[in-house]
Amino acid sequence: MPPAVLVEGLKKCYGDVAAVRDVSFTIEPGEIFGLLGPNGAGKTTTIRCLCTLSTPDAGKVEISGDSVLDNPPLARQRLGYIAQDVALDKVLTGRELLQLQAALYHMPAKVARDRIAQMIDLLELTDWADKKSGTYSGGLKKRLDLAMGLLHQPDVLVLDEPTVGLDIETRSAVWQFLRQLREAGTTVLLTSHYLEEVDALSDRVAIIDQGKVIAVGTPSELKDRVGGDRITLRIREFTPDAEADQAKTLLQDLSCVEEVIVNEAQGNSLNLVVTAQSDALMTVQQALKEASLPMFGISQSRPSLDDVYLAATGRTLMDAEIAAAGRRDLKAERKQAMKGS
Amino acid sequence: MSTTLTPKPQSSLDNPELRQWKAQRRDEAPTATPGLFSPEFWQETGAMTRRLFIQLQRRPSTLVAGVVQPVMWLILFGALFQNVPEGLFGESRNYGQFLGAGIIVFTAFGGALNAGLPVMFDREFGFLNRFLVAPLASRYSIVAASAIFIAAMSMVQTAAIIGLSAVLGAGLPDPAGLALVVLIVLTLVLGVTALSLGLSFALPGHIELIAVIFVTNLPLLFSSTALVPLSFMPPWLQVVASLNPLSYAIEPIRYIYLHPGNWGLGSVVMNAPFGGVTMAVALAVLIGFCGMSLALIQPLLRRRIA
Repeated sequence: MPPAVLVEGLKKCYGDVAAVRDVSFTIEPGEIFGLLGPNGAGKTTTIRCLCTLSTPDAGKVEISGDSVLDNPPLARQRLGYIAQDVALDKVLTGRELLQLQAALYHMPAKVARDRIAQMIDLLELTDWADKKSGTYSGGLKKRLDLAMGLLHQPDVLVLDEPTVGLDIETRSAVWQFLRQLREAGTTVLLTSHYLEEVDALSDRVAIIDQGKVIAVGTPSELKDRVGGDRITLRIREFTPDAEADQAKTLLQDLSCVEEVIVNEAQGNSLNLVVTAQSDALMTVQQALKEASLPMFGISQSRPSLDDVYLAATGRTLMDAEIAAAGRRDLKAERKQAMKGS
Repeated sequence: MSTTLTPKPQSSLDNPELRQWKAQRRDEAPTATPGLFSPEFWQETGAMTRRLFIQLQRRPSTLVAGVVQPVMWLILFGALFQNVPEGLFGESRNYGQFLGAGIIVFTAFGGALNAGLPVMFDREFGFLNRFLVAPLASRYSIVAASAIFIAAMSMVQTAAIIGLSAVLGAGLPDPAGLALVVLIVLTLVLGVTALSLGLSFALPGHIELIAVIFVTNLPLLFSSTALVPLSFMPPWLQVVASLNPLSYAIEPIRYIYLHPGNWGLGSVVMNAPFGGVTMAVALAVLIGFCGMSLALIQPLLRRRIA
């Protein structure tokens, strides 16, 4: 059986900006696959290439073994696409929008009627289906969007940042719903820059950074691969550079410490990679005490997906996020995305 | 939204009937795109058109403004030139009779020229992506839906103008003439709608589109025979006006108005600087213009993978 989705060596430039440099992954039928990365990493561009909204510059994109580029109509029939921003016609009711959607996928009248009723029921839109979508709350809009994306019962549901801007209840409702979809055998591809979202939902993850895939695997595989435990240490709430350096030199010499990274973005906190089995926390505390350095806070944890990202790129997802926010020209990107091609 | 979704049995996600229909379609035509004028094409066009009419029904102000505007043109312009000596506007008995044809065409043209705006807003808002990711039979269904909607609007406007003109003393064309007026308006609307939609795909945003509409609308009106006859214009403007497609819609309608029951395809409707233009030639020019517009926008519709 061919993979539900295959992306190989995908490249896409907008002007001289390389949005996607080299992205490859495969998604097996029936799994939830997460594409994790900071904003601007190339997640949306990858998805646009998959959904026939953009033409890749190079690379292979296949759905169930058929090339998206050679046969876009086939890909379009198999895919359901749910964009990051819910775009609805606020003058139309939910039911009218679903009817429009059904016609776009050429569903016969009776099939469409039954399926629309089914989706309205499934996403609990009964009380709202005949009200204008302009009156919906954010959560309701997202639910209608899900209903529209799933209406033609796609083989693969693609969601771009499914919970950005949603309240916590709606977010957990969406998570729960996606799990339910997987149970029913739908393949799901989602992008997110929320670690917990990808960690909680995905069977497998591709971590993507600056247009490249830097790691693929199940969340626990990826975490095991980076190994060790993590200690986050703050000398002071905001540690001066000199003290941070002093502590770094000191801690690096300890046998249980494998690596020390000073995180400037977070008040010079120290991120330590330590051997998993040892009483590292005690040793570190002891060492600081002997050097008469103060301590604001210390915590130990198993590696997270963020540590996987950190190990591969040298920065945390949050830092990348902040850096990207400063670098990006959102307006230009929007224009570019609108232009497509 | 504070409720969470209650878990449903798996069967509530699946629709066997839909699955069966999809499998059947897949077997019948695994790769084919149904294409122009297929039943699927009309299905999607119908649904997109329905959306536009629902919008109109719930926000009727565009229709009201669309009827009020030409009526005001007719009354105000008519009054402005009321005292022009008879005979100055060719064979017309009065300016009102002369003006009717110009207002009909200009109104239909204005409506069609604006057809791209809602599509542009759909594009900016992301709604258009729903059409682009769907397996449409042809993206010309987007054009067809807009054209049908604008054509319907234009018919209402044309009826209002013809009615008011009659009240103002312009008379009525004969039935065959009326039918030809409708045909001319529809051809023009389809051609201009296609161009406008092409612009809405090609231009970066609605600001640019509005700018183009703004610089196109009135200059095309003033460089056509809508407000004054060719003979009234300086020579250079005569050349411009007889190259302006609007003139090829206005002059036949005007001729039909002035010669009820007494016109034919061979009638000379316009005395252009390069020679007389017959009814048949004027219609051919219009149809040619329409066909060219439709062909011209094809690459724009295809630009994202077709």
